Amino acid sequence: MTDNSNLVEGRSGLWEVVIGLEVHAQVTSQSKLFSGSSASFGAGPNEHVSLVDAAMPGMLPVINKYCVEQAVKTGLGLNARVNLFSVFDRKNYFYADLPQGYQISQFKQPIIGEGEITIDLKDGTSRQIGIERLHLEQDAGKSLHDQHPSKSYIDLNRSGVALMEIVSRPDMRSAEEAAAYVTKLRSILRFLGTCDGNMEEGSMRADVNVSVRRPGEELGTRTETKNLNSIRFIGQAINAEVARQIEIIEDGGAIDQETRLFDTSTGQTRSMRSKEDAHDYRYFPDPDLLPLQFEQSWVDEIKANLPELPDALKARLMEQYGLTSYDATVIAEDLETAAFYEKVADGRDAKLASNWMTVELFGALNKMGKTLAESPVTPEKLGALVGLIGDGTISGRIAKDVFAEMIETGGDPDAIIEEKGLKQVSDTGAIEAMIDEVIAANMDKVEEYRGGKDKLFGFFVGQVMKASKGQANPGMVNQMLKAKLDG
Amino acid sequence: MTDLLTMTAVEARAALDDKSISAVELTEAYLGAAQATEALNAYTEITHDKARDMAKASDARLAKGEGGALEGLPIGVKDLFCTEGVETTACSNILNGYKPVYESTVTQNLWTDGAVMLGKLNCDEFAMGSANETSARGKVSSPWTVDGDGQDYAPGGSSGGSAASVAARSSLMATGTDTGGSIRQPAAFCGVVGIKPTYGRCSRRGIVAFASSLDQAGPIARTVEDSALMLQSMVSHDLGDSTSVAEPMPDLMGQINDGIKGLKVGIPSEYTMDGMADEITAQWQEGRKWLEDAGATCVEVSLPHTKYALPTYYIVAPAEASSNLARYDGVRYGARVEGGSLDEMYANTRAAGFGEEVTRRILIGTYVLSAGYYDAYYIKAQKTRRLIQNDFIEVFKEVDLLLTPATPSAAFPLGQKDVDPVTMYLNDVFTVPASLAGVPAMSVPSGLASNGLPLGLQLIAPSFREDTLVKAGRVVEKAAGFAAIASRAAGV
Repeated sequence: MTDNSNLVEGRSGLWEVVIGLEVHAQVTSQSKLFSGSSASFGAGPNEHVSLVDAAMPGMLPVINKYCVEQAVKTGLGLNARVNLFSVFDRKNYFYADLPQGYQISQFKQPIIGEGEITIDLKDGTSRQIGIERLHLEQDAGKSLHDQHPSKSYIDLNRSGVALMEIVSRPDMRSAEEAAAYVTKLRSILRFLGTCDGNMEEGSMRADVNVSVRRPGEELGTRTETKNLNSIRFIGQAINAEVARQIEIIEDGGAIDQETRLFDTSTGQTRSMRSKEDAHDYRYFPDPDLLPLQFEQSWVDEIKANLPELPDALKARLMEQYGLTSYDATVIAEDLETAAFYEKVADGRDAKLASNWMTVELFGALNKMGKTLAESPVTPEKLGALVGLIGDGTISGRIAKDVFAEMIETGGDPDAIIEEKGLKQVSDTGAIEAMIDEVIAANMDKVEEYRGGKDKLFGFFVGQVMKASKGQANPGMVNQMLKAKLDG
Repeated sequence: MTDLLTMTAVEARAALDDKSISAVELTEAYLGAAQATEALNAYTEITHDKARDMAKASDARLAKGEGGALEGLPIGVKDLFCTEGVETTACSNILNGYKPVYESTVTQNLWTDGAVMLGKLNCDEFAMGSANETSARGKVSSPWTVDGDGQDYAPGGSSGGSAASVAARSSLMATGTDTGGSIRQPAAFCGVVGIKPTYGRCSRRGIVAFASSLDQAGPIARTVEDSALMLQSMVSHDLGDSTSVAEPMPDLMGQINDGIKGLKVGIPSEYTMDGMADEITAQWQEGRKWLEDAGATCVEVSLPHTKYALPTYYIVAPAEASSNLARYDGVRYGARVEGGSLDEMYANTRAAGFGEEVTRRILIGTYVLSAGYYDAYYIKAQKTRRLIQNDFIEVFKEVDLLLTPATPSAAFPLGQKDVDPVTMYLNDVFTVPASLAGVPAMSVPSGLASNGLPLGLQLIAPSFREDTLVKAGRVVEKAAGFAAIASRAAGV
C-alpha cells in the first residue's frame, strides 16, 4: 500500500483511519419477523401490536418465511455465503420498550456469512469491501420521553419488525469510502426490494466503528458511534471521531473502547457508555424456535430470480451506451434514475442523453430542490429533446432555451419549438442565400481568408448563425460555407 | 351424587350418550365436590357460571347427537394455562389480576371437544416446585392422609392442585404441565394417572412458559383410559408454536386394551438411589412381574448418563426460565410496584412479585448464562443433555419400553423445616431424564406404601409411542388393582 491519499495528517505525522460499519436495515415485508401484525410505517401508537409483540404470557414467536427469503436474497446480492442452517438466539436485557426482556437475534450462527461488495469512488475508481455477516433480528419498540413530565410512553408498533444487521469488515479507510459503502449497500437493497433504504424514516441506520493507527502498525482501539441515520452524518461522525482520536493519542492519551453518540447539533461525538458498563447479554439459543434450515434448491430458485443489481447495471450502461464509469455509477445508483435514463436514451445518442440528464436535468432539479420523481420534465420529453438535437432539428444552444421552457412549464419540446419558431433551418436554399449575403457584405474578409487567414472561418460561421437567429443547422453552415469560400 | 363422582370419564361419557345422566347434573356434582373439598386449596378459582353455561351447551349438543369426545366432562385447568377472561397468574403475585384475552391451544382443544371448565387449579409458582409449596395462592394439601398422624401431606408439584383435585374427586380430570416431572410426580403422590407426552405433542401456545425446551402439557386422570381419552383431545399440530410436531397421534382408545404380548421392557439399573425405601424397590419388582405375566419380556438395561440428568436439568431449566420470566417487568400487565426510575420500578416489582424459589431459579439461570460461566455451565449442560438423549435412543434400539419407579419415596408431610432446595430437587430424579430426552412417560398408581400413601410406577416409551405407553399402563393398572380412595376425597 503505497497509496497515501487516504492518510490523515496529524501534528506528529500521518495516520491511517480504519472503519467498519454495522448497518441495520428494515426488511421490506407485510408483517413482522415473528408475528402476523403489520410492519408498515406511520400507524397511530400501538396500532400494530399482536399478543406476541406485546410478549403476553405464553405467546410464542413463529418465523415469517418471507423475511427469511428477503435475507437470503440480500445475501445473494452481497455475493455472500448463504447458511442453510442458522440459529436464533436471545439477547437478554431489560428495557421498557423491549417487551420480552430479550431481543431475538442471531449470534453465533447467522443466516448469511462472508460476502463482498464493490464501492465506487468519486475519482472513478472502485474498491472491494468485505462483508462479515448478515443476521436477522427483531426491532424493539419506541420510548417517547417528551409526552409527559415524569413518565415515558411506549409505542410497540416497531416491536418485532424484522431487521437485517449487515456487518462489514474493517476495510474502509476514509469517510468518503464509508459513505460510498452505505450508498452502494442502499442501492443493492433497493434494487433487490429487500429494504426501502429510507434513512429518515429509520428504515436504515448505521453504527460506525472507527480507530486510527500509524500506517502499517497494529489496529488501534476502536470506538462505536451508534445510530447514524444519514449518509452525511456518517461522514461527519467519522471525521469528528478521527480528529478526536488523533488529538488524544498525540497528546499522549489512550482511546477508551466505548460506545458513543453523534450530536448532530455540535457535529461532535460524545460518550454513551464505556466498556465496563457494557451489558452482559447472556446470549443463548432461543428454545421457542427450532434452528432455521432450508434447502440449497430454494436458494437457487431465489438466485435465478434476482433482478439486475447496480454493478451489472453499471457494466451494462457502459457497454450498451458507452458511458464513462463515473456517469454509469451516477445513473446506476438507483433503479428510478436508471429507468429514467434508459427512456431518455432509447434510440438516441446515449452520451448526449447522459449529459442532458446528469448535467442539465439534475442541475435544474437541484436548484429547485426537487427529486427525480418530482421532475416536471418526463423522460419521454427529455428524450424527445435529445432526439431533436441529434437529428439536427435544433442546435444544442437552442436546446438549452427549449429545456428552460420545459422545466418551467413541463411542456413538449416540439410544441415549444413550433410556438417560438426555433426550428433549425436545414433548407439548403435558405442557408445558401444567407451565406451569399454574408460573403457579399464582407468581401474584404473573404480576400484575407483566401489569402491564408484560416482563422476567419469562425467569423463567417458566426455571421451566418447570427443572420439565421441561431436557427441554421451549424453542420450544414460549416459544410456549405467551406465549399463557397474554398471554391 | 356420589355415583356421579365415582364414574370414570369413559363411563360418564357413555352415560351422557345414553342420557342416563346430564352434563349439568355431572357438572353440579363436581362444583359441589370442589366446594366441599375447599380445605385442600386445590382450586385457585372455581368458575361456577362458566361451568354451568358450558354444561348446558353440552347438553344441547348431546340432545342433537352432536357431542364431542369429551362432551360434558368437567375438567380442572392448571393455572399455568391462559384462559380467556379468567384470571391466570401461574400462582405468582407478579401476575395478580391478569386476565388473558386469549385461550391456550390445549384448553381450546378441550373445549372444542365439549369439555366443561370447572376452574383454575393451584400449582407451584411458575411451575417451579415439587410439593406445591411455592404457590402464591397457598399450599395444597393432598387428599391422602396417614392414619393417626394428623399431618397434611404434599400432593407433589408442580401440578399439585391438579393431582389433588382428581384424587379428591373435585374434578373428573385435570390438565397438568410437566417440565421435569410436574405431572408424573404429583400423580404418583396422589394415586392418579399422569402422562407427559412426547415433547411437541401438545402446543405450548398460551401456557405460561417455565423452560421452553422441556415444558409439555398432559392429562391427569383417574384411570389410564381416562388419561388416554383426554390426551387424544389435548394434542394438535399448532402453527402458533414452532416446536409443535406434525406427527399424527395414534388412536389411543382403539388399542388401549390390546395388551403387551411380546413387548420388550427395559429395567434401567441406574434408577435407584442411596436411602431409597425398600418398598419402592419392591413395587418396581412387582411391576416387572406384572408386565411379564402379561407376556412382555423384561431385561436389565443401562442408561449410563442418568446420574447427570438432575444437575443438567437444574442448569437448563433455570437458564431458560431466567429469560422467559424477563417479560414480567411491571410495564404492560400484572403487578407493578412504582419506583423512582425504570430500573427501580423493575427491582421493586420483581422483588415483590416473585417468590423465593422463583427468585432462586432466576438467579441460577442468570448466573449460568453469564459471560465467563456460559461454557462451563450452559454449554456443558447442553452436551450432557445430548448424551442423556443418546442413552434413550440407544436403549430404545433394544427395548420398546422402560419401567422405573415414579419417585424415590412416597409423599412427605407439608411444611417440613430445614428442607434444603437440593433435597427437594431429588424428588424429580426419576422423572427428569425423560423430560431432557423429550420422550413420553407416564405415572400409574401401583400400590400403597406401608403408611398408606400411594406409590406409582413410571413407564417411558420412545418418542411418539404414546400408544405403547397406554397399553402397558393399562396392564399395570389392571394388575395393580389400585382401588384405594383418598380419605379426604369428596363423598368419602
